[in-house]
Amino acid sequence: MTASNIATSGGHDGHGVDLNANYLKAASGWRSWVFTLDHKRIGMMYLAAVSLAFLAGGVFALLVRLELMSMGRTIMGPEMYNKMFTLHGLIMVFLFIIPAIPGSLANFILPMQLGAKDVAFPKLNLLSFWVYCVGAIFALISIVYGAVDTGWTFYTPYSLTNPQAQTAVISLVLGAFILGFSSILTGLNFIVTIHTLRAPGLTWKRLPLFVWATYATSIIQVLATPVLAITLLLLVFERIFGLGIFDPRLGGDPVLFQHFFWFYSHPAVYIMIVPGMGVISEIIATFSRRAIFGYFAVAMSSLALALLGFLVWAHHMFVAGMSEFATMLFSALTFLVAIPSGVKVFNWTATLYKGSISLAPPMLYALAFLFLFTIGGLTGLFLGTLSVDIHLHDTYFVVAHFHYVMMGGTVMGFFGGVLYWWPKMLGKLYNVKWASISAGLIFVGFNVTFLSQFIMGSRGMPRRYYDYLPQFELLHRVSTVGSWIIGLGVMITVGVLIVSLFKGKAAPPNPWGSAALEWQTESPPIAQNFAETPIITRGPYDYHLATKAELYDGFPTQRGG
Amino acid sequence: MTNSSKAAKLSEAHDAHADHPSFVAHHFDTPVQQFDAAKLGMWVFIATEILMFGGLFVAYGLFRGEEPSVFVAAHHELNKTMGALNTVVLLFSSLTAALAVRSAQVGKKNLTSAYLVITLVCACVFLVVKYFEYTHKIHEGFLPGRYFGHPNFDLNQIAHWEAPLPARANVFFGLYFMMTGLHGLHVLIGMSILGWVLWRNIRGDFSKEYFTAVDLGALYWHLVDLVWIYLFPLLYLIG
Amino acid sequence: MTQEPTFQLPPAMSTFAARYDETYYFIYWLSVLLFVGIIGAAAYFVWKYRRRPGVDAEPTGHNAILEASWTIAPIIILAVMFHVGFRGYLDMAIAPGNALEVRVRAWQWGWDFEYPNGAHSNDLKVPVNKPVKLIMSSNDVIHSLFVPAFRIKKDVVPGMYTTVWFEATSTGETDLFCAEYCGKDHSAMMRKVFIVTDDEFQKFLEESSGPPSGMSTEDWGKKIYGEKCKSCHSLDGSKVIGPTFKHVWGEMVTMTNGEIVKVDENYVRESILDPLAKVVAGYPPVMPTFKGTLGDKEIDALIKFIQTVK
Ligand code: HEA
Ligand code: HEA
Ligand code: HEC
Ligand code: CUA
Ligand SMILES: [Cu+2]
Repeated sequence: MTASNIATSGGHDGHGVDLNANYLKAASGWRSWVFTLDHKRIGMMYLAAVSLAFLAGGVFALLVRLELMSMGRTIMGPEMYNKMFTLHGLIMVFLFIIPAIPGSLANFILPMQLGAKDVAFPKLNLLSFWVYCVGAIFALISIVYGAVDTGWTFYTPYSLTNPQAQTAVISLVLGAFILGFSSILTGLNFIVTIHTLRAPGLTWKRLPLFVWATYATSIIQVLATPVLAITLLLLVFERIFGLGIFDPRLGGDPVLFQHFFWFYSHPAVYIMIVPGMGVISEIIATFSRRAIFGYFAVAMSSLALALLGFLVWAHHMFVAGMSEFATMLFSALTFLVAIPSGVKVFNWTATLYKGSISLAPPMLYALAFLFLFTIGGLTGLFLGTLSVDIHLHDTYFVVAHFHYVMMGGTVMGFFGGVLYWWPKMLGKLYNVKWASISAGLIFVGFNVTFLSQFIMGSRGMPRRYYDYLPQFELLHRVSTVGSWIIGLGVMITVGVLIVSLFKGKAAPPNPWGSAALEWQTESPPIAQNFAETPIITRGPYDYHLATKAELYDGFPTQRGG
Repeated sequence: MTNSSKAAKLSEAHDAHADHPSFVAHHFDTPVQQFDAAKLGMWVFIATEILMFGGLFVAYGLFRGEEPSVFVAAHHELNKTMGALNTVVLLFSSLTAALAVRSAQVGKKNLTSAYLVITLVCACVFLVVKYFEYTHKIHEGFLPGRYFGHPNFDLNQIAHWEAPLPARANVFFGLYFMMTGLHGLHVLIGMSILGWVLWRNIRGDFSKEYFTAVDLGALYWHLVDLVWIYLFPLLYLIG
Repeated sequence: MTQEPTFQLPPAMSTFAARYDETYYFIYWLSVLLFVGIIGAAAYFVWKYRRRPGVDAEPTGHNAILEASWTIAPIIILAVMFHVGFRGYLDMAIAPGNALEVRVRAWQWGWDFEYPNGAHSNDLKVPVNKPVKLIMSSNDVIHSLFVPAFRIKKDVVPGMYTTVWFEATSTGETDLFCAEYCGKDHSAMMRKVFIVTDDEFQKFLEESSGPPSGMSTEDWGKKIYGEKCKSCHSLDGSKVIGPTFKHVWGEMVTMTNGEIVKVDENYVRESILDPLAKVVAGYPPVMPTFKGTLGDKEIDALIKFIQTVK
């Protein structure tokens, strides 16, 4: 933030880093990682951290599903169950999905797509990572103190009662608060980077769509997260001092908490999905060898989502006792967000038309995204429809909706992005066949798990239920089996990447034959990204301007190539 | 395929790589680019701060809208004179902060230090006044929420529903302490930033060419001032 | 008439339900259409334009008309969706003036339904073909009343009253859930709704304003204990959330403020109606008030029962 961050000069961390060496080898020893200012190393550390968070959240998900496999007690009691889904939701949201793409992929790729040497504030970038870790530690402490069972939404007054959980609630809420700062720092850094560090010739109209998406995301992070911060702060003070703002026993208003919470958390769902959409745009362009259809509309729709996302928060509160007028207004506004999302979906589909489509693993994830996000988005419209939401609210229909957009959308984007940029980030190729098999397993398992949840939800199965009525048992079983298929798929992907890390063949600079800028430097890149600041003369998707040599398919086991 | 003029400017600067002044970090091409980045960063950060306080202002507006009379009754317990004094002090300190930037721009190092010191002194005065206000309130029992307990206010005066619910005066003080407390925290942060800027100024880090930190520190201080300009009428001058 | 459950929706037992199901399936088929259109096209392109040696991608062109139409067409579709949803919602929002008013109280973790004549029940009993309006409040945290077969749901929020109404269209029974997460036994806040004929309903009202016929006051107290107190108070001396009732009658008990109180008629009554007034040392102040939930007769019965717990 302050001038000292930019006043220091010299090599990356003043330890005599060779700026023209492979960034992984430019310096060594644990200090060269822990104190690194290189956006690529910070990105890799983020990648490791969020992947661990995803696996942890996934293990909790498997436990949740296992408990629901049959009626009554299966493996744990109700208190434990409530803690499990709370931890699952919290870890997935705050430790995984919000930092996932911005922290890891954008951190690594965005400066390279801009032709910059680093982000604008490398020290803040490092701070953001360590702040993330501190936040994560607070969250872990809460587990040590018996864990929290409030649900990821912390609704008052429930989150204010339950004296046993005092320490755990405070520590977890503070953890989320701290993670918010990390997110703000990342967003701030990207906004400034995109404004000031574009390479010569890289005009706004030539920015890769991933950059546009990250830009839109950063705006939301910067504007929405502070509201969450103050909300969580009030919650902590309410718990400790009984401020009287959210606690009805003291004259406070519990519904106000919901307004505050969703004022952040609805925009936050676009923090989650927009970067994923950015990744998908890149992948679809590369594997169709074609500029994204309606480039400008896709870019602007990210911004539109960022802005419209601020206007719809109360659609989570249709049955919470708001006035009829407010309810109507928020329903109407909710539908508006479908338009920019639709623009993206239509343009991606149109991009495929007359392309040259390769079904490499990243592209499989991109297509899975298209399929699953469309289902998730359309079911979001069921929920935005007032009378329909009355029945569906807080049932498994909602659970299925948000898994379709978060897992089916963002996580597909994240996996796709990791597989797409893996050769660039680590300079290694991986086994395409097994990566494709695991993509298939995840896709099938996902639909088995969550399509069944749509049905049980619309039939009236409430969410956050430890136990349920007999008529729902069959569908719960199906869903649990589905979660195992996802688990298998995820494990294979993890295996493929670990094998690649240790045994993978060296990757050429541009294994997919992409026209985009980040592929024009070595794999893995040198510490300052480009030996010479590149002068940009074409857009990232100008395949018709790319040479045949550039479009060479370097991936050995490429299918259909 | 023509490059924009900005790009041209940048690549020009790039060619002049030889004169990369020591205060410009390696990933920036020019001092101007670095300054622009820092300034934009600070503005974005200020936006986040405003939104954070914004949450409190909204809560204030809602509760006051619900029970205006309670708020009016409760606000009489705040000391208008002290509040006004603090407003004047902060406004003045914003002026001196701005003057510090001005003198840094023209390279008058000692004058910059002097203005920064005055700003810091004002900040201290503000905190001392705040301290007296707080102790007085704590003494009288005007505490937030659950701890609220002043003989003049009967907690069970207004029963809203079947369970006894207290009147909203405790909510007013909850908001009062939250808002002024968070603001006070920002005063402290602002003071540390200005203190650090002062230290660097004395050390001689700044020049006519490079005074980013002074500029940004002052900008932050204006934010602290601005928030108070809203807090003062909302809390002290209802009615 | 009960409409049988469809694949996606539960049985339809209220006047809203038919309307609701129409709206739901309208949006459903619309979505299926859009989905099949979009994904069908994508799948076709992926197959048709799969990468082949020697075949390059065609450079992307522009098509302003196409772009404009897929921005504008959704607006129209969405306006229609909003409209149907809003119309259905308005029906649900405003209860007819002649509705039967039932007072609902929710707490962790149970429901209480109070009828106009003062009768209480734990399961909701309503007459068929008559509008019923529920006036709801919560003693502790937020709950939510959800009856899938009626397609209604409304949060029950502490510190305010919320209302919801419906008109059942057929006799029978169906499920009632708590749909807002409220802690440990959230999922155990399931109850039944019994929809009966008007005559049966009147009979029920008469019977349930005192102990059920043939039951002694003491047994009635025990029954109420089982429904309302058992989760926190044991009879066998073990400490659950609150103190046990075993031997409690006549004991001298120490409060958190040091005061020593004898457990007698007045104290028990006060504990039930205003539990925070005197809190037993060593226990958290979490007992909910039963003011309004339990009538005088019921409290008397409870006291009778507590006296007998030895
Ligand atoms: C990545 C996260 C993400 C995303 C992107 C979305 C996207 C959307 N969500 Fe979702 N939502 C969540 C995450 C997300 N949501 C979560 C986590 C919850 C639950 C929180 C909790 O309670 O725990 C939730 C809950 C939720 C609710 C509250 C339900 C309830 O509790 O009762 C609602 C209600 O309106 C809603 C609506 C929408 C809508 C309209 C969109 C739209 O943005 C979708 C737009 C996309 C499309 C519509 C598809 C593509 C468009 C076309 C193919 C064009 C053609 C279409 C038409 C013309 C119709 N969501
Ligand atoms: C990013 C967000 C995200 C993601 C990806 C997921 C992923 C999954 N979720 Fe989750 N979920 C939420 C966010 C998310 N969820 C949120 C916010 C809630 C609401 C919480 C609340 O109500 O408060 C929720 C709630 C929720 C519920 C409802 C609980 C209830 O209401 O009672 C269920 C039930 O089935 C569920 C299941 C799953 C499953 C099966 C997956 C699967 O897709 C998971 C797939 C991952 C794996 C299977 C992991 C694989 C790992 C291994 C096999 C271990 C290998 C280990 C090593 C190699 C070391 N989730
Ligand atoms: C949510 C849990 C809970 C429920 C339900 C509950 N109680 Fe309690 N009760 C407590 C707790 C905790 C205490 C001890 C603290 C206190 O005195 O408030 C207590 C104290 C009491 C006492 C004083 C006991 C003593 O040893 O002095 C009586 C009497 C009592 N409850 C009666 C009842 C009756 C009758 C019901 C049912 C109609 C009931 N309670 C339901 C939690 C509960
Ligand atoms: Cu009561 Cu959930
Ligand atoms: Cu939302």
